[in-house]
Amino acid sequence: MLLEVENLHVYYGAIHALQGLTFHLEEGEIVTLIGANGAGKSTTLNTISGLLRPREGSIRFKGQELTRMRAHDIVRLGVVQVPEGRKIFATLTVSENLDMGAYTRTDPAEIARSRERVFASFPRLEERLNQLGGTLSGGEQQMLAMGRGLMSRPTLLLLDEPSMGLAPILVEEIFSIIQEINSQGTSILLVEQNANMALSIAHRGYVLETGRIVLEGTAQELRDNPQVKKAYLGEA
Amino acid sequence: MNRTLKSLALFLGGIALGVAAAGLFMLFHSSLTPQELEAWDKDGVVPGLVMQAGSIGFGVWFLYLVGWITRSQIRKQAGAGFGKIARSVAGNALMILLGLWFLWRMFIQHPEGVLINPTLFAQYIVDGIRLGFVYALISLGYTMVYGIVRLINFAHGDVFMVGSFTSFYAIKAMRLHLLPAKLFPSLSQWVAITIGTVLVIILSMLVCALLAITIERVAYKPLRNAPRIAALITAISVSFFLEYFSSLPEVFTSNYIIYEQPFKVVSWKILGVQISNVTIIIILVSILFLLLLRWIVYGTKTGKAMRATSWDKPTARLMGIDVDNVITKTFAIGAALAGAGGVLYAIAYPQLIVFMGIMPGLKAFVAAVLGGIGNLTGAFVGSLIMGQAEMLSAGYILTPMRDAIAFTILIIVLLIRPTGIFGEPEGEKA
Amino acid sequence: MKRRKLEFLGASWLFWVGAIAIYAVVQVLFSTNVITDYMKTVIQLGCVMTIVSLGLNLIYGFNGQFSLGQWGFYAIGAYASADITYRYAAKVSIPLNLGFATFDVGKIAIFLVAILFGALLAGVIAYLFGLPVLKLGSDYFGIATLGFTIVVKVLADNSDTILPFPEMKGARGMVGIPRLTTWFWSFFLLVLCILILRNILHSTTGRAIVSVRENEIAAKAMGIDTVKYKTLSFVIGGIYAGLAGGIYAHLYAFLHPSLFHFIKSFDPMIIIVFGGLGSITGTIVAAFAWAFSLEGLRIILPSGAEAWRYIIYPVALLLIMLLRPQGLLGGIEWGFLKPIQWPRRKIDTGAPTVETATQEAV
Repeated sequence: MLLEVENLHVYYGAIHALQGLTFHLEEGEIVTLIGANGAGKSTTLNTISGLLRPREGSIRFKGQELTRMRAHDIVRLGVVQVPEGRKIFATLTVSENLDMGAYTRTDPAEIARSRERVFASFPRLEERLNQLGGTLSGGEQQMLAMGRGLMSRPTLLLLDEPSMGLAPILVEEIFSIIQEINSQGTSILLVEQNANMALSIAHRGYVLETGRIVLEGTAQELRDNPQVKKAYLGEA
Repeated sequence: MNRTLKSLALFLGGIALGVAAAGLFMLFHSSLTPQELEAWDKDGVVPGLVMQAGSIGFGVWFLYLVGWITRSQIRKQAGAGFGKIARSVAGNALMILLGLWFLWRMFIQHPEGVLINPTLFAQYIVDGIRLGFVYALISLGYTMVYGIVRLINFAHGDVFMVGSFTSFYAIKAMRLHLLPAKLFPSLSQWVAITIGTVLVIILSMLVCALLAITIERVAYKPLRNAPRIAALITAISVSFFLEYFSSLPEVFTSNYIIYEQPFKVVSWKILGVQISNVTIIIILVSILFLLLLRWIVYGTKTGKAMRATSWDKPTARLMGIDVDNVITKTFAIGAALAGAGGVLYAIAYPQLIVFMGIMPGLKAFVAAVLGGIGNLTGAFVGSLIMGQAEMLSAGYILTPMRDAIAFTILIIVLLIRPTGIFGEPEGEKA
Repeated sequence: MKRRKLEFLGASWLFWVGAIAIYAVVQVLFSTNVITDYMKTVIQLGCVMTIVSLGLNLIYGFNGQFSLGQWGFYAIGAYASADITYRYAAKVSIPLNLGFATFDVGKIAIFLVAILFGALLAGVIAYLFGLPVLKLGSDYFGIATLGFTIVVKVLADNSDTILPFPEMKGARGMVGIPRLTTWFWSFFLLVLCILILRNILHSTTGRAIVSVRENEIAAKAMGIDTVKYKTLSFVIGGIYAGLAGGIYAHLYAFLHPSLFHFIKSFDPMIIIVFGGLGSITGTIVAAFAWAFSLEGLRIILPSGAEAWRYIIYPVALLLIMLLRPQGLLGGIEWGFLKPIQWPRRKIDTGAPTVETATQEAV
């Protein structure tokens, strides 16, 4: 197992945001967490990334405990998050943003190769290389955010709402790229409100409600589940 | 652009007209012999009348200018609300009034005015440049730290003071500046002293960097997630502590002491203006450090990480950047620059006291705000403006007013551009 | 509906009885010489600092405007009122014999007029200065007000040369101010200030002022004229500072520009942060604690070690801030001052975000 989350409890002050979360992710999988606003999806990713500390529970990546590690050491292990809302460094150029993605790596030749790979997936970024990150459009920013995430050559990519605020055609594009990234061997934990899209590319999924997992199964099972259909897929 | 040119033309045209009229009148008046004057203006009322007419003319011109600015502001900030326009107009009017008063004082009223004694004016400019470059070294540290942790690091001025005192010890007690000459007697004296001075500066920079790292670890890091005011108060306490601790007789003294320069101060008279080697060294060293800093911030990975951290800390952590480490580095670099500034300041003004860091520190901070805090170029330009403002107001207004003028300029600039000259308008950061 | 309680000027009888009791006890201690004259001055200094800090707490603690200008208004109030009593107090004397004691009604009247004038002048300057400057963002506003304090100090330094007030004697310090502040007046004015502040905060105006602190944009969206309330609290704060300055000037009978150095302008800031931002009780306790501890250290420390005061002070400051960044009393408020029912939040942190939630992390 690549990632194992067990009995995770996270608090914001007095608010009990995650209430005993348990899930896992196998090597090479796309696993999606779906749920409504405030269900705890982003909290889960931020806890895995080390931005938040759980009060209880464990997160193991390749058997290594992450809960006591600092955020930048977790990135070094190959667990990389593409945060919600893109979070581009607006005062840095596109090129510098990509450099920040490769912050943990030192070999310039390898970095250059990763850059080429990112440009192959997102040719738009190459055109905008010396533009400030803040001047990009929403879709371009999402591409930059994903490209930046890929620059560290992650073993596990945590994607937080990659479709947020994008036009439908761009959403299609982004999701096909996610599949492509996955086919090259990167495991993906995908958090989405757009459950339909997420389940269409994921292998397995979990449904979160108020900090708890209420349903789990393969993507197909979830898609066929009447409750999921009603609550998340917008079908009657 | 068109509007700016027009306003400039209006402004300068008014001044030029006034100066020309005054000059013509003075010329005419002084060309008359006493007898002619007697015949022409028996009771000597004409100069008074002319003065009154001039004042009225000036008043009309000024009111027109204010009205013009108001109109342009209303047009420019359509729907901005009365307060914002009023502030902008008030700022512009104040600036013009103060600027004109200053010009009048500089050119006409002062007994040693620019027209009468241009050499003195040039001297003030040169001294102002020297001061400005020292301020630049301090204000860069302020602006970097503010940019990354949004903290007004009041202890920065005292770090600068420690830099001066370190070099004092290095020279007086350790004779560090003579070390190269002692180790390698074959070196020419000039080279040896240069290397010695560089050693002194480097030592001060190191001590300051270490001090800043300690301060950051002890006083700021534990409060990173507390309300910002908490860190501000610890900054003030650290500043107090450094000042009063070093003013203890057991540690140092609370009196002024004379600083021994590591090299001989030589000055040359160029067109009557005194320029000393200290001035040249300060300018060269400051520019060197500025270029170095620019390279660090824009050219290196650490610099990029600094900028990324200053924009968004959580995301920087997601990139694998050790944010605490980056912040510590920022403090260290800023303090090292202040340390170098401290040595240069002490060489230029060879009198030390433990409270010497307060005012330069504050003015450097004002310079950083003036230029747009968080912006390196802004800090640099702001510092040069600050140096000039201080020297010219000390020269042409009154020496004790130099501090007041600095802050008056600050307030006026903030009224016109609330985020400083190079600052980005607020609210842009999403 | 609540039964209407026995109250006067919005304060319950308990408040008035308590205030009179405190006044009487301290007065008895003075009269019987249990407390030295020196301590008497320190207690009155505590009153002065409380008034300044209450004003600042209104500006920063309740309204959220980071002002370092309080000390400038304090200086203005001090010099303005001292100038009036210096000129006129000696000329007016209307003794009033009540049998057990004699009051000089004329001098008291001059004193009151003087400190009120000082307070109002500070208020007017606060209005004129605040109008443009309050629009600036928080830190820029702080710097502009710091600049104001420094300009005032420089003007005080040159009051006899640049300003036309030779009696202020510039950097040599103003002497010859009649010593008119008594325990009665400092305490009475303090109680008045507390009461006024409390009543302001309990009114609609008070809620509007606090809403600006909590979220200026939201307040604006609710139709609150934020500029008006920011200006209002800045002016009231300035008036408090001016009033305190007047009391101070007639307490020590000596004014020196170094008293108004900008470094000292952090004192009220330190007091309100220690007492807890947005806490009247905290401000009162912290101001007196500040006066006693700083002056108390002078007594406790062996002679010759006075300089250590300013080393112990910052170290204590540092330790307290590190251990309790929210202030010693946090948001604790004494009953009478309390019944403000909005949820209390820290000034700088909003809802839990990644940044704030990492507190637990590091």
